[in-house]
Amino acid sequence: MPETILVVAEQHAGKLNRVSWETVAGAQAIAAEMGWQVEAALAGNGIAAAAAELAGKKVGKVYAVESPALADYTPDGFAAALKQFITDKKPHLVLMPHTYQVRDFAPKLATSLGRCLIPDCIGYKKDGNRLLFTRQMFQGKFAADVSFAGEPPYFATFQNGAFRGDKAEAGSAPAPVETITAKVDAAAIRTKPHEWFKEAKQAVDLTQAEIIVSVGRGIKEQKNIDLAKQLADSLGGELAASRPICDSGWLPMDRQVGSSGQTVAPKLYLALGISGAIQRIVGMKGSRTIIAVNKDAEAPIFEIADYGVVGNLFDVVPALIEEVKKAKS
Amino acid sequence: MKILVCLKQVPQKDAPLKLNEAGAWIREDVSYEVNEPDAYALEEALRQKEKHGGEVVVITAGPARAQQVLREALAKGADRAIHLEDAAFVSLDAINIARAFAAAIKDETFDLIFTGLQSDDYGYAQTGVILAELLGWPHATIIMHIEKQDSGIRVKRELEAGYFQYVDIPLPAVLTIQSGINKLRYATLIGIKQAKNKPLRKIGLSEVQSAIGGNQIKIEKLYVPQKSKKTEMIEGAPAEIAKKIVDHLRNDVRVL
Ligand SMILES: Cc1cc2nc3c(=O)[nH]c(=O)nc-3n(C[C@H](O)[C@H](O)[C@H](O)COP(=O)(O)OP(=O)(O)OC[C@H]3O[C@@H](n4cnc5c(N)ncnc54)[C@H](O)[C@@H]3O)c2cc1C
Repeated sequence: MPETILVVAEQHAGKLNRVSWETVAGAQAIAAEMGWQVEAALAGNGIAAAAAELAGKKVGKVYAVESPALADYTPDGFAAALKQFITDKKPHLVLMPHTYQVRDFAPKLATSLGRCLIPDCIGYKKDGNRLLFTRQMFQGKFAADVSFAGEPPYFATFQNGAFRGDKAEAGSAPAPVETITAKVDAAAIRTKPHEWFKEAKQAVDLTQAEIIVSVGRGIKEQKNIDLAKQLADSLGGELAASRPICDSGWLPMDRQVGSSGQTVAPKLYLALGISGAIQRIVGMKGSRTIIAVNKDAEAPIFEIADYGVVGNLFDVVPALIEEVKKAKS
Repeated sequence: MKILVCLKQVPQKDAPLKLNEAGAWIREDVSYEVNEPDAYALEEALRQKEKHGGEVVVITAGPARAQQVLREALAKGADRAIHLEDAAFVSLDAINIARAFAAAIKDETFDLIFTGLQSDDYGYAQTGVILAELLGWPHATIIMHIEKQDSGIRVKRELEAGYFQYVDIPLPAVLTIQSGINKLRYATLIGIKQAKNKPLRKIGLSEVQSAIGGNQIKIEKLYVPQKSKKTEMIEGAPAEIAKKIVDHLRNDVRVL
């Protein structure tokens, strides 16, 4: 029997989280290279439709791990259900997307089985018979190849964007779906989750902007924000910021781009003094053209920029404002 | 409330990092600071203590240099500190660090343990959750607000794409704190002075060794990532750079 990779997909209110396709694609690629097989599992309550959707992909089998106690996500409930399931099925490798929900329960699940997971991977490498996982370290300044020691099951999670979800291969026929009734004791769930909500409606819709000038911590002081504002105005664009700028209250939250802010895809995205952390990049990598100004030639933002300027933004931006004004007049 | 805050010392954000000769870790001759979300975790603990009374204890694992983050925390108002002191702690995997912390506090009774939601060096984002599981406590991650209730606490969890969620949790519990949950304070001169007389307990590796196993995840190689995208670098004096950018904006990007 070949080893099994188990993909634990994610759903919310019965709807599959699209990032699950990326994990399926990653698992398929690893399986092809290692000669392993892929199965998928989904935990929740009333998830038959989402499980059927998963079964459309080229996987050996889909398990719907169901219990009324899993209707709302809780770390206690999900870890307990998946612990039973994994103990029972003994997969070699368990792969999950590195979502907020997975961050919340996966380390607990792995620990309950005496294992330590490799989180937030961006890829994998076959090294002889070994499988290595690649992940970012030091906020993307370095990458590391990481191996597992000890006994399976091994656990790893993949960063958003590590694989292309649209590359997840479809099966020639739907995979069989097996419903497993998880024995989860509702009384043993210690946390009580409430409904999801959004904060007050956003005043600025950055998703519609064609030009975005975005500032990061390189702007140094609140009073310097005005410099970026002038550039945005001269270009007829919107001003946006990285999270630390909004956390500091230098710009309102609704100007934040990233995994906990808005996702934008303008024609032009100008990044000033932004390092390019992944939580930021997921919010803007779809931009048509990215221009980055950063004093650090090694800043990860240059990994995704089309044009890069290694330099002090306080020298470059005033000159750029002048030049844009000239060009427009 | 008695709150333990886990602090980690990491390279300073702007520090130029270099690989060591073995290509397995960075050269350690850089400046360090406290991991950013951990600073918010400490601030939140101090605020909770100011509201509800109790004690704030800080803990770190690392070589002698890591004591600095404890000293700063004591200066900001933490009551006492625990230092798991050994350079070997730096290379433990997440489950082993959590096991070391659990062993170090086995005789204590905390109501809450705070960690930052992830560290700026490894970025494993799991030490707090693992610690909760080892202690048999409930937990919640990526926390943006904490409110004490008659029984337990209500926390605000950050979710993806601008969503949030309140969760009720009984105590004791572990919370991983998100940057931006509050506004950080600075240490005062009096605080810095008082910190010198606050207790700092040192624990050696040998005292927690029996709780720790072999690492289950191993960094084989650390390296500068290869670029996958070709970035066209624009060079010159600021005025030249500005001209070249405007040319691109006009001719290639077509937004001017
Ligand atoms: C769960 C989670 C969710 C998150 N969500 C988001 C999110 O939605 N959006 C977001 O932005 N972040 C988010 N973050 C935070 C993210 O990880 C980074 O910490 C953040 O994006 C860094 O912001 P920055 O680039 O402005 O600051 P830094 O990382 O501090 O970078 C500042 C950059 O400015 C450069 N610089 C300094 N001075 C100058 C100068 N004079 N001229 C030119 N360049 C200069 C430096 O070289 C450096 O690269 C999230 C983090 C987590 C863990």
